Parts: sequence; C-alpha cells; structure tokens
Amino acid sequence: MTKVTMTINGKSVAGDVEGNTLLASFLRDDLHLTGTHIGCDTSQCGACVVHVDGRAVKSCTMFATEANGAEVATIEGQAAADGTLNVIQQAFQDHHGLQCGFCTPGMVMSTAALLKDNPKPTVTEVRTYLEGNICRCTGYHNIVKAIMAASGQDVSAIAAE
Amino acid sequence: MPKDGGIGAATLRREDVRFLTGAGQYCDDIKVFGQASAMFARSNVANGVIKSIDTTAAAAMPGVLAIFTGEDFVEVGGNPAGWLINSRDGTPMHEPKRPVLAHGKVRHVGDAYAAVIAETPEQAKNAIEAIEADIEELPAVVNMKDALSGSNYVHDEIGTNQCFDWGWIEDNRDATDAAIKGAHHVTTLELVNNRLVPNAMEPRCSMAQYNRANDEYILHTTSQNPHLTRLLISAFVLGIPENKLTVIAPDVGGGFGSKIYHYGEEALVLAAAKKLNRPVKWTADRSEAFLTDAHGRDHVTKIELAMDAEGNFLAFRTETLANVGAYLSNFSTATPTFLHGTLMAGNYTVPNVYVNVKTVFTNTAPVDAYRGAGRPEATYSLERVIDMAAREIRMDPVELRRKNFIKPDQYPFASAAGLEYDSGNYDALMDKMEVVADKKGFEARRAESESKGLLRGFGVNAYIEACGIAPSNLVGILGSRVGLYDAATVRVNATGSLSVMVGAHSHGQGHETAFPQVVAEMLGIDPMSIDIVHGDTSKIPFGMGTYGSRSLAVCGSAVVRATEKIINKAKKIAAHMLEASEGDIAFNDGAFSVAGTDKSVSFGEVAFKAYVPHEFPLEDIEPGLEETAFYDPANFTYPSGAYCCEVELDPETGKVRVDRFAAVDDFGNIVNPMIVTGQVHGGLGQGIGQAMLENTTYDENGQLLSASYMDYTMPRADDLPFYTVDHSQGTPCTHNPLGVKGCGEAGAIGSPPTIVNAVIDAMQSGGKNVTHIDMPVTPHRVWSAMQNA
Repeated sequence: MTKVTMTINGKSVAGDVEGNTLLASFLRDDLHLTGTHIGCDTSQCGACVVHVDGRAVKSCTMFATEANGAEVATIEGQAAADGTLNVIQQAFQDHHGLQCGFCTPGMVMSTAALLKDNPKPTVTEVRTYLEGNICRCTGYHNIVKAIMAASGQDVSAIAAE
Repeated sequence: MPKDGGIGAATLRREDVRFLTGAGQYCDDIKVFGQASAMFARSNVANGVIKSIDTTAAAAMPGVLAIFTGEDFVEVGGNPAGWLINSRDGTPMHEPKRPVLAHGKVRHVGDAYAAVIAETPEQAKNAIEAIEADIEELPAVVNMKDALSGSNYVHDEIGTNQCFDWGWIEDNRDATDAAIKGAHHVTTLELVNNRLVPNAMEPRCSMAQYNRANDEYILHTTSQNPHLTRLLISAFVLGIPENKLTVIAPDVGGGFGSKIYHYGEEALVLAAAKKLNRPVKWTADRSEAFLTDAHGRDHVTKIELAMDAEGNFLAFRTETLANVGAYLSNFSTATPTFLHGTLMAGNYTVPNVYVNVKTVFTNTAPVDAYRGAGRPEATYSLERVIDMAAREIRMDPVELRRKNFIKPDQYPFASAAGLEYDSGNYDALMDKMEVVADKKGFEARRAESESKGLLRGFGVNAYIEACGIAPSNLVGILGSRVGLYDAATVRVNATGSLSVMVGAHSHGQGHETAFPQVVAEMLGIDPMSIDIVHGDTSKIPFGMGTYGSRSLAVCGSAVVRATEKIINKAKKIAAHMLEASEGDIAFNDGAFSVAGTDKSVSFGEVAFKAYVPHEFPLEDIEPGLEETAFYDPANFTYPSGAYCCEVELDPETGKVRVDRFAAVDDFGNIVNPMIVTGQVHGGLGQGIGQAMLENTTYDENGQLLSASYMDYTMPRADDLPFYTVDHSQGTPCTHNPLGVKGCGEAGAIGSPPTIVNAVIDAMQSGGKNVTHIDMPVTPHRVWSAMQNA
C-alpha cells in the first residue's frame, strides 16, 4: 500500500492505495465520488474523464499514485456550493444534451477542458474534440448544441427542441 | 397550472440535475456493508465439453469465499424463452435449457462455467485465473447456413440447429406464390441485416442481499423491467417466492433492449448472497458486455416484390434466417417473428404477404431484441427492395411508394400481414419530408458536390412500426407466456402532493419529467408537486417495464386511468364538503365547484379531507385518496414516418459522409416535444451506426473479433450530422386515452435503409451500376463495389 494525498474539488484528501489502483477506482471506491463512471476497459468511452492539474484525463488510465499531490476536479465539484449548475451543466439541461446520464459526467468534464483552451469552438472542432467521449443515447446532436451554447454562441440555427 | 408544464410542454428534465452533478445512482455506485465481489470464469472456446473443473487451488487463494460451478445449479430451473413459437407444421419450437452456469458443455465464447466470490474484485479475478478447467474444444457452428446443413449441433439433445421454421401467414402462402408467379415484374434482393451489440454505456451490474432472519432477498440490478426480472427468477429459475424477493433497478445507464432480459449473473449473486449470508456484487467490464449482453439483428433475408405493369404492389415474399445464438434469450423467439413478420406489409396496400423465418442456433452469444427489434429488419428489407424495384422499372422511388401507400380514408386498415392499423397519413409525412429536407434543392447540392469531385446521393424511406407492446389477448394467441399490460398507482398525499408509482422504468427516456406532465394536465396542478416512483418492485404495482416504445402508450394510459379514478373519488369528497350532489360538481383548473354557485374547494383541500376525515361520510366513502389502474392496450400503436438523407461519397476512397438527414414522424399526440425529439436523435445515431459503422464479427472458430471499442466502431460525434426532426403531422392513436403512439425506436428503424438507398443512389450517379451493398457501408465495401461494377 502506498499513501497518496491530493486535492479533490478543493478539499485535501488522503488514502492508502495499491500500486495498481486506478484513479477512477480510488475516486469511486475509496472516496465514494461515484459521479466518475467506468464504461469500458480500453480508455475509449470517456465516462471517467476528470481534470488533473487542469488537464482532462481518463481516470481509468491513470494510477492513483500518479495523481499524488495533484489538484483533481471531478463532476461533483462543478456546480456551485448552493447547487447552482455551472454554465456547461446548465447548457446540457437547457438543450437536452443527456438522456441516461451515464456518459454525462465525462462529457461535462471534457467540455470544460475544451472551452478552457478554445472558448469559441466551431461545430467541427467540438465534434472532433469529442471523439474520446462516447454517448449511445443522444446521437450527439444536442450535446454539440449544448456545447456551442455553453460557449456563448448562437445555436438558433441548429434544429430546435 | 399547468399552463407551462402540462401535455405538450417542452419541460426541461428534472432528472438532469442529479445526472449533471454526479449524483445519479447507478447500480455499481451502490456499495453496502460487507459486500463481496463475484467474478465469472468464461469459456474462451465457442464449443467445448467440460471434462473437469478443479477449483482446489482457486479456493485456497486469498480472500476467496466461495466458488460455484454448473453442478451447483443442476437442480434449479433455466432461464426461459418468453414466447413459444410453433413451426409451420404445427410442431413446437425447441427450447433447450439455459442454465445459470454452463454444465456439461460451453456453447459460446463468454459462456460462464464457474464463479468466484471473494472479498474484493481483484481477489476474485485472481482466483478465476487459478481455476483449472479441462474443456475439450469442439468445432464451432458459426455460419447459419452451415448450421442448418451440417450435423454439428449446438444442443446435441435436440438433433438440429433449427429452433423453428415459422410461416406468416401460412394460409396466405399459396396466394402469395401465385401472385408472384403471375406478376408483370418481380424484384428480388438478398441482404444481410448486420449483427449489432447494443452497448448501453453502463455495463450490466447486479448486487444481491440476503436477510436470513426473514429469508428475504433484495436484488439491485441493471434492468428495464424489474417486475419481469423478478417474475422470471421466481417462477422459472430459482423459485424464490415473489414475496421474498425485491428487485430494484436504480438509475439505469441505457439499455436499448439489452437490459430487458434476465441473465444468469443475477441468479448467481442471489444464490451466493444466501450461501454466504453476505451482499454479493458483480459488475461487468466492457469485454464481458460484448461477450454476454444479448446481441441484436443478425438476419439473412431474401425478399421478392411483385408488381403489375403500373407499379402496383401485388406481393411481398421473404425467406429469413435469424440467428438466436447459443441459447434462447427471453424475447429472442418473438423478435424475428411477431415483431418482424407482422410488419412485412409496410405502409402499403399490398394484398399478399408471406414471411418464412427459420431461427438458427449457433455457437455465438444469444441474440434478442435491440432498439426496434424485428421492425428495423422488416423495414430494411421492404424499403431496400422497393428502391431497387423503382430503379428497375424507372420510376421515382418516392412516387412508387406514394402509389402504393395506404390512404388516410382507409383506416382502420387490415394489413396483409395480419395487423389492423388504426391511423396514419403517409402522404402527409412524405409531403412534409420533402419540404423540411429541401428536396428541391438537391440537384444544386449534387452539382456542388460533383464540382469537388464527390458524388451525392439522395435516399428515402417510409416506415411503420407496431409499438405500445402489447395487447395481452393477442400476444397470448401468438405464444407469449406473459401479459403485456402496465400499471400505475396514483397516491395523493395528505398535503396535496402526489406520488405516482409506475411499472415502466426509465433508462434515459425522462419518465420523471413526462409522466408528471400528464397527471398535472389532468388535475390542473403544479407538475413539480408530483413525483414518479419507479424501478422498485416493493413500491410499484406489477407492470411490465420499458421497451417496445411502450412506456407512455401503455403505462401512461394506466396513469390516466388511475388519475381518472382519483378525480371521481375526489368529486365525491368535494360534494360532501360543499354540501352538494356529486352530479353538480365540476372540476376545472385544480378546483371543485358547484355549478351555478361561487362555492368551491381546491384539490389540496379535498386531499387533506381524504386523510383527515372528520365529519366524513364513512358509510359512503372510504378515507384516503389512492387509486391503481392496470391498462391492457386494445391494439398495437402504429407510429410511421418518412425519412430522407443526403450522403457525399468520395469515389477515390469509398468514404461516405452523411451531410443531411431529415426525419418526419407520426407519433400521434406529443407530451414533451423536447424529449421526443431527443429520442429520435438517439435512434438515428444508432441506425446510422448500423448502416455505416457497426458490425459484430465472429471468426470461423466462433471467436468474437469485435469485442472492444478498439474493434467495434461506435458512432462518435464526428461521424454523425445534425438532424432535422419534425413531428407536426401526427394522427392520434385511436384506442388509447392519450392518443400517443411511442417514439423510442423510430429513428433506429427508419434510418438504415435511408442511408443505404442514398449510398446506392450516389454510386449510380457516378455511373456505377451498383444495386446492392450490405451494411455497414464501410469505405472498403463501397470502393470495392464501385470497382467491380
């Protein structure tokens, strides 16, 4: 067992982990932060995306020990303390960018990383960026629309409802 | 109220808040004290005899609590087929036992023959590696035609790989043959409906708890229908009385059919929890999901369309081989038969239809209903052969369809495939499609594509489906072992809020938002004062769950009936409170009033009186305000639509891109247009995925080559276009109280032929006489077809 400490959503946490414990498992099983989901074994689906030191990371591909000392942000820390959704979360709700919700935490975290680097992406840039996040429910239409809206761009030309 | 939250409002989904903040509770998120982990030893050969299983070393591994093999379940029942289908000659189908764990033989890669329970998942996984299983590999049966011609049987005791040979409708066979024989023109097409893996993003998971003091079990599991799962476990598999078994499906991360069925892992964790007197959980990884979730489609079909000299349809005749895999999953026998053959008249006045389906056992994973379930296969066959026929007789494909459409004044219409369509207007859908898709602008767009060296194709399709599954009387005649009603309990609480317990169970469809819209509309109250309770058999009435686009049409109708009972009783209470006769009480906008007076009481006041029944006429009215209704539909519902798309094809590489897609659907009345549109989007994503990207590939030894997201091409955001969706042409269902038809499967049904028709049109426009290409239309296939044309 190895002792790790990190800051998660602004809170300092510590834990004892095996060398092969994945960051996703540490979050889910040890810290009960079950908003980070595991949807595949091959780092393809993106349901487990979190931010480590400001960068989007697939937490099923990173050992917990590799995040030792890091600042980690998960879906649980995205809304305000009073529960108010952030701009990305609110855009996903406003534009029906989620259905079963399983891929949603990863989608929100990937979107946050995208918009940090590219505040006004084109539709093509959004679609290309999302190739590491699989959604089986929405056909992506409303996810792309929500991301364009979250970036402050006009989405009225994208088919409504 | 509910001015902005009732029927027809695009209300934002209330469930989104928990999903967006990481507060959703999916099965694997639930962890209880003392929980142990289950893992399965799965066959790595497709067909083999289990000679011996030595668990000695595994049992001695750290943390191991118990090991199970097939031997432990010899005395219990098997997982049954839900529909019993007879062959054409009247003989019953073959239903081999599907045990909890394989016993004697393994029959597909992934077939579980042992399970380890350990303190942690890692310990269980390590112990699985230490099980010494001597499994003698046998040649595998993979290809359906080989399976029917050879003497290597998936189930030796049956002595054939044919489960049944079904004819629909057998009495129509001779007339159909004669119509084809005497026809002016017959178009014949052989095609493959490619095998798919549903791929809900949440892998399956089951966690069982056992209370020895009461001999009671609780099973948390990933299910679209917790009561159906409980029924199967209780009545067929383990024999646990229903009153001792609670099944809870918490938030479910997609299903698309794959979570309808009961799977052996659920029975295993229940048995293990009892044996160890500890909670036991199993969570699939993605590889297990590929190997063991019920797959979809996998038909090989020959279809013939006979026409007269004017292009009037005279007959459709099909022969289909349908793969059921190694065992019969719960709905696997209904999917290629009553959900497929009955739709083989499409939207057309064709007088003769005959469908023959042979279902085939192979050494592959079980195949069952996947979004659309049989109806995509029917639509694909019909709408491909119609396009091919139009090309052969040089008629516009839209005109050929219109010529044969059932007309609005012909309803109710008895189709040649045995269904009675209640309503529809296929010409209006086609008209609207041509407008929203800007069909007139196609030639200009084609010219622009060609100026870039690309080919552009236009593809069209009309579909009908049978949803709102299903009338119990009818399905009983057809072989169903269950009824297919649904149920709802409306409980008005003392302070006027409502809890509505429903048998349907959302796995992404937004029931928590849409069902309250219906109740709020009827009661004239704030929808936010109404909450849905679902997914827990200890709380909800016995309903059959969510699949077959049935939740609103069937369970929603039960909600309406229960709410009507609430209103009737509340009127009695109001009459007493207002000292009027019941016949004089009117109910409007959430208030009961006496006609012709200014006397009224609110719905909330009536609710309070029901639970605080002081000065209450107990001799006439019981206290309380809670009603249950079961609703069994009188008929299927018949959503229909007209779809079109435009593709751009690069003749140098064979790469196809979907540029535009328009879907115009008739779903009858709409409760929440935002949710309905989202359902269409999702169906389109899966249908376009089938047409362009997805394929499940077994090699000749029965090894699954496409068992991960590295190998099975899931549609990504950059594979798909924006869609134009319209549902303005609805014709209400005539036989359910909401006039709704169901919308969940339409997109997956209507889109595959649309895409393939467009790809063929593009190739034709490039001077290549390609008349057929199988799905998925990969660049390799397209390029090869063009080279060979």
